[in-house]
Amino acid sequence: MTTVTTTPVIGHQAPPLTYPPLTRTDFVKYQGASGDFHPLHHDESYALETGFPSVFSVGMLQAGLLASYVTDWLGVENLRRFKVRFAEKVWPGDELTCSAKIVDVFDAEDGRRVRIEMTCARQTGVNALVGDAEFLLD
Amino acid sequence: MSYEFPLDYSKIREFARAVMTDDAAHTGTEPVIPPTMLTSGRMIWEPAEQSGFVKLGFDRRRILHGEEEYVFHGPLPRAGQTLTADTRIGESFEKPGKRGGVMTFAKMITEFRDDSGRLVATQNSTIIQTATTGNSEGSK
Repeated sequence: MTTVTTTPVIGHQAPPLTYPPLTRTDFVKYQGASGDFHPLHHDESYALETGFPSVFSVGMLQAGLLASYVTDWLGVENLRRFKVRFAEKVWPGDELTCSAKIVDVFDAEDGRRVRIEMTCARQTGVNALVGDAEFLLD
Repeated sequence: MSYEFPLDYSKIREFARAVMTDDAAHTGTEPVIPPTMLTSGRMIWEPAEQSGFVKLGFDRRRILHGEEEYVFHGPLPRAGQTLTADTRIGESFEKPGKRGGVMTFAKMITEFRDDSGRLVATQNSTIIQTATTGNSEGSK
């Protein structure tokens, strides 16, 4: 885990992180942990009958991976807001790359905050998630 | 209407592994939750009769997740706390689907309070019902 040790600068980027190719086991592990047992994410025949080529990832799994990436960067205890928009589905075998940069430093009621913009892209380069988050500075 | 969402350290550990973080903040017996774990309040602890998804009345095969936002009004909650959660349906609106039909967007808001009644976190979800099944409209 790394934290901000110097004055945050607008435009500063976190080193991108690429997760290993996602497996069906990763989907199921997330479903068990979260309690979301929607069959589209583990039941192949249900997914095919519904019109999809296979099962696909739980959106909240990649949201969780993106959250892990930014909280490892700026400190989970400092997080005050995290927002993502689901832009594209994620499929078995996908390699997700997370990126984030500081876009604002401002004074809030509870102290100085940074706002970051972040993305989680598939190996095709297309974003699966886009979002922004705010962290309180120490 | 509200329900209790107890934060258990082993469940936090399991969730942290599933979202692939080894941050020490999520280990030990009083770990903080990974932020998106708030979603488990609805998934695991919400009683069926209070289900926001049932209130929406959307077709399960056509549901997509549009957006998700977590606002923390102070430090993240920790194991050992029991949050009280209350979900309400916010505004909804319709848009034409790209391949005909109608897409419906709805907001679902859940507030989480600690045992002193202090608002700890707010979850703002945008849920979409697509015009047809098996397409990629919307997202997720």
